[in-house]
Amino acid sequence: MLASLWASRSVNQVRGVMVAGASILLALSVYLTIDYIGLRQAGATGEMLFTASTVWYAPLQICYSVGVDGISVAMLLLSSIIVFTGTFASWKLQPLTKEYFLWFTLLSVGVFGFFISTDLFTMFMFYEVALIPMYLLIGVWGSGRKEYAAMKLTLMLMGGSAFLLIGILGIFYGAGGETMNLLEIAKLHIPHEMQRIFFPLIFLGFGVLGALFPFHTWSPDGHASAPTAVSMLHAGVLMKLGGYGCFRVAMYLMPEGAAMWGDVFLILTTISVVYGAFSAVVQTDLKYINAYSSVSHCGLVLFALLMMTRTSCTGAILQMLSHGLMTALFFALIGMIYGRTHTRDVRLMGGLMKIMPFLAVGYVIAGLANLGLPGLSGFVAEMTIFVGSFQNDDTFHRVCTLVATTSIVITAVYILRVVGKILYGKVVNPEHLKLTDATWDERVAVICLIACVAGLGLAPFWMSDLISNSVEPIISQLLN
Amino acid sequence: MMDITAILHMHAELSLTAVFILMFLLDLFLPAQQRHWLRPMACILLTIQLLANLWPEEVILFGGMYHSTPMASILKSILTIGTILVFLQADTWLRRGDTRHKQGEFYILTLSTLLGMYFMVSAGHFLLFFLGLELATVPMACLVAFDKYKGHSAEAGAKFILSALFSSGIFLYGISMIYGTAGTLYFEDIPAGLTGSPLQILALVFFFSGLAFKLSLVPFHLWTADTYQGAPTSVSAYLSVISKGAAAFALMTILMKVFAPMTEQWSEMLCIIIVATITIANLFAIRQSNLKRFMAFSSISQAGYIMLAVLAGTPQGMASLVYYIVVYIAANLAVFGVINAIEQHTHGKVEREDYNGLYKTNPKLTMVMTLALFSLAGIPPFAGFFSKFFVFMAAFHSGYYIIVFIALVNTIISLYYYLLIVKAMFITPNDEPVGNFRTATPMRISLLICVAGIFVLGILSGIYQLLNDTAML
Repeated sequence: MLASLWASRSVNQVRGVMVAGASILLALSVYLTIDYIGLRQAGATGEMLFTASTVWYAPLQICYSVGVDGISVAMLLLSSIIVFTGTFASWKLQPLTKEYFLWFTLLSVGVFGFFISTDLFTMFMFYEVALIPMYLLIGVWGSGRKEYAAMKLTLMLMGGSAFLLIGILGIFYGAGGETMNLLEIAKLHIPHEMQRIFFPLIFLGFGVLGALFPFHTWSPDGHASAPTAVSMLHAGVLMKLGGYGCFRVAMYLMPEGAAMWGDVFLILTTISVVYGAFSAVVQTDLKYINAYSSVSHCGLVLFALLMMTRTSCTGAILQMLSHGLMTALFFALIGMIYGRTHTRDVRLMGGLMKIMPFLAVGYVIAGLANLGLPGLSGFVAEMTIFVGSFQNDDTFHRVCTLVATTSIVITAVYILRVVGKILYGKVVNPEHLKLTDATWDERVAVICLIACVAGLGLAPFWMSDLISNSVEPIISQLLN
Repeated sequence: MMDITAILHMHAELSLTAVFILMFLLDLFLPAQQRHWLRPMACILLTIQLLANLWPEEVILFGGMYHSTPMASILKSILTIGTILVFLQADTWLRRGDTRHKQGEFYILTLSTLLGMYFMVSAGHFLLFFLGLELATVPMACLVAFDKYKGHSAEAGAKFILSALFSSGIFLYGISMIYGTAGTLYFEDIPAGLTGSPLQILALVFFFSGLAFKLSLVPFHLWTADTYQGAPTSVSAYLSVISKGAAAFALMTILMKVFAPMTEQWSEMLCIIIVATITIANLFAIRQSNLKRFMAFSSISQAGYIMLAVLAGTPQGMASLVYYIVVYIAANLAVFGVINAIEQHTHGKVEREDYNGLYKTNPKLTMVMTLALFSLAGIPPFAGFFSKFFVFMAAFHSGYYIIVFIALVNTIISLYYYLLIVKAMFITPNDEPVGNFRTATPMRISLLICVAGIFVLGILSGIYQLLNDTAML
C-alpha cells in the first residue's frame, strides 16, 4: 500500500488508493474477527491464534512473531475502522496530500504491527514506528502552536519509550535471556527483585502514551494542534497502545511487580480520571475539551486494569474500544465544524443545530455516548469497569472507585454545557447562517462511527465474550 | 630466517599499497587533459581491492607483531566501502577550479590514512600500532588543511596537527611505561605482566587518552568542532566515520585483549567518559546553527554510544560495535553527502537557516537527509534503531544498567536536535529556499548506497549474524 501511494501522482489517485487500502484493511479485520470467533467456537484453546514466527536475529533471540487473541482482534477492528473513517475525514486536506497519506499510512503500519506482535523487540519497534510520523503530521499539517505541540509530544513519548526500552531489556535478561517471545516469557519466572525495578519502568513507559498523570501534558496540546484525522487516530488508537502495552507486557509478564506497585499507580490513575474531567470543564476550545476528556477516559482504562479483576479488565478493554470510537467521532465532528466556522472557541458559536443539523445530531450522540447513556458504547464500558472495581472488597480500592465514579458526573457537566452552548440557543455569529451541512464524504465517516458506537452499546456481549476469554490467562497470571 | 613469502599474507595491506602507488603514478604521469580519469580510477581500483579482500581470515605474522583477526578483516572491508563513498561524494568539490589541480593528492593522502588504519586494526604490537596511528594522523592533517588558501581550513589543519601530536606524545609515554613494567610490547605477552600497579594504571590512562583524542571523546574533544567546520566537507565526513570506526575498533581490541587483567580499572574510567561524552556533546549540539559544527557534536555523542559496546567487553559487544560502525557510516555519510551537495551548489551555505523550506524545492535530498537523521537518532524501521538497540543490549547484558539508562535519556535530547533540522526542512517557511538543483551522478550513487544501507542493514539480519559468528570465534 505504501508503495502504491508512492507511485500515485495526482490527488485523486492518492485518495483512490487510500480508500481502497483502508477498505481492504477493514474487510480483512472483519474477516479476521469472524474467523477468530469461529475458531474459538470450534474449540481452539491456544492463548493466541494465527501465530507465526520467523527467526530474525538468532544470536539475540529476536524473532518476528505475530499472533492475535481476543484483545488484539478487538483493537485491530477498532484501528481499521478509524483508519477507514479517518481517510474520509481528511478528504479535502491540502497541500502535500500524498506526503500526508504516506506518513498517515506509516503510522497505521506501526499501530497494526504493535497489536499483532508477540515478540518484545518487534513490539517495541512498531511502537516507535507509530510515534515518529506524528511529529511531521502535526508539525506540517497541524494548526495553532503546532511546532511546539509536535516537539513536546514526540519528546515526551520518546522519553516514555526510553523507559520502555530499558524495561524490555530488563525483562529479557531477567527471564534468562533465552527468548523475547511474550508467551514464553510468561511461563518463566522473573526474579522478584527484577520485577520490582522494571515493572514501574514499563508501566510508566506505556503510561506516558496512556496519558497517565502527571505525564499527560503532551496530549491536550498534541490533540489540539493535530489535523482532524490525526487527532482521531491518535486519541482513538494510539493512546490505546499505552493501555494495551501496560496490560500485555507490564502486568502479564511481571505480576509480582504489579502487586507491589499497583496501589501507587492506582492513585495516579484516579487522579488522571478526576483531574482530566475537571480540566475539561474549564476549557473553551472544543479540541481541548475533548483532549482532557480523553485524558480522563484513558485514565479510566489504566484504572480498571489496575483493579485486577476479570470484570474490570474486560471493562478496560471495552472502554478502549468505546473511547476509541467516540473520541474519533468527536474529533471528526470538531474538525468538520471547525472547517466551516473557523473557530473552535465555544463562546463564539451557538445555535448550530439549525444551521447544520446532521453534524449537530452527530455531536449530541457522541456527547451522550461519552457521558455513558445506556444503549451507547460508553455505558457498557463504564458499567463493567465500576462493577468490576467494586469486586475488590478492601477500603483502599473502594475509595479509589468512589472517587473515580464522580468523573461520570463531571463528564455530564462539560458535555451538556458544550452541547447546550454551541448547538442550541441563539445563533451568536450571523456569518454562521451561511454555512452548509456535511458533504457526502463527511457523512460516510460520521455514520460509520455512530453505527459502531451504537452497535457496541446495543449488542455488547459478543465483544465482551471475545475479550474476557483472552483476559482470563493474564488475570490468572496476576492472581497467582 | 623468515620466509619472504609470508609477507604475502598481508594481502589487504599490500593491495592497498599497490592501489596507492598506482594512484601516485597516475597522478604523476597523466597529462593534464586526461586527469579527470583520476576520479573513476580511484573508485574502481579501490573496489577491486575491496572485492579481492572480502574473505575474512586470521593471519599472524612476524612472531605476533602483525595479527589480523577475521573481525579486523571485515572491518577493513567496511572502512574501504566508506572510503569509496567519500570518494564519490568528493567529486563535485574536486572539480572546482581551486582544487582541480591537486585532486590526485586528495586520493593519495586519503589512501595512506586508510593504510594507517589497516595497520591500527591489525596490529599485534604497540610499535606497529603506533606506526599505524601516525600514518593515519599525519596525512589527515594535510587533508584537513586541503583548502589551504582559505583561512579556516588552514586553521583547522593547524589545530588538528597540534592536538594530534600532543596526544601521540602522551600515547608514546604510556607505551613506554607499559614496556617498563611489563617488559614487552607484544599484545600476546603483556597481560601476563600486568598487575594493576599505579604505574600501569597511569600507562593505561595515557594510552587511552591517545586514542580518545582520535575518537574525540570528552574531555579530548575540543579540537573536533573547529576542525569539522574548517575542513572541506568530504574530509569532515571521512574524519567522522572512517577514522572514528578504526579507532573504536582498535580501542576495543586492545582493552579486551591487552588490558584484560585491568578490566575493573578501565571499565570504571570508561563509564565516566561515556556519560560525560554523550551528555556534554548533546547539550552543545543543541546550540549549534552551523550544520558542520552540529555534525561534529553529533558525532562526538555517537562515539559515546559506540563506547557503550566497548564497555560491554564481550564478543556480543564486539559484534554490536562493528555493526554500529557500519550503520553509522551509512547514515552519517548520507547526512554529510547532502550537506556537501548543498554547500557546493550554493557556494558555502551550511547554516541551519539555509535549509528552511528545503522540502518544497528539493524533496529527494530532504528525504535522504530525514531518513539519515532518523537513523542517527535511532528511529525504526531504519538501521540506526537496530544498532542502538544492540549496543544497549550488549552493555545491559554486562550489567551497566545505569549507564544504559543515562544513554537512553540522552537519545531523547539527540532526537530533539535532529528534529530541529527536520523541522527546518519541512515546516519552517522560507521566502528564498535553496533552489532546485540536480546533484552530480557520483553523489547520487553514493547517497543511493547510503539510503539502501539505512533501510536494508536493519531489516536483513544477515550482517549482524555474520559479525556475531565472527566475534564468537
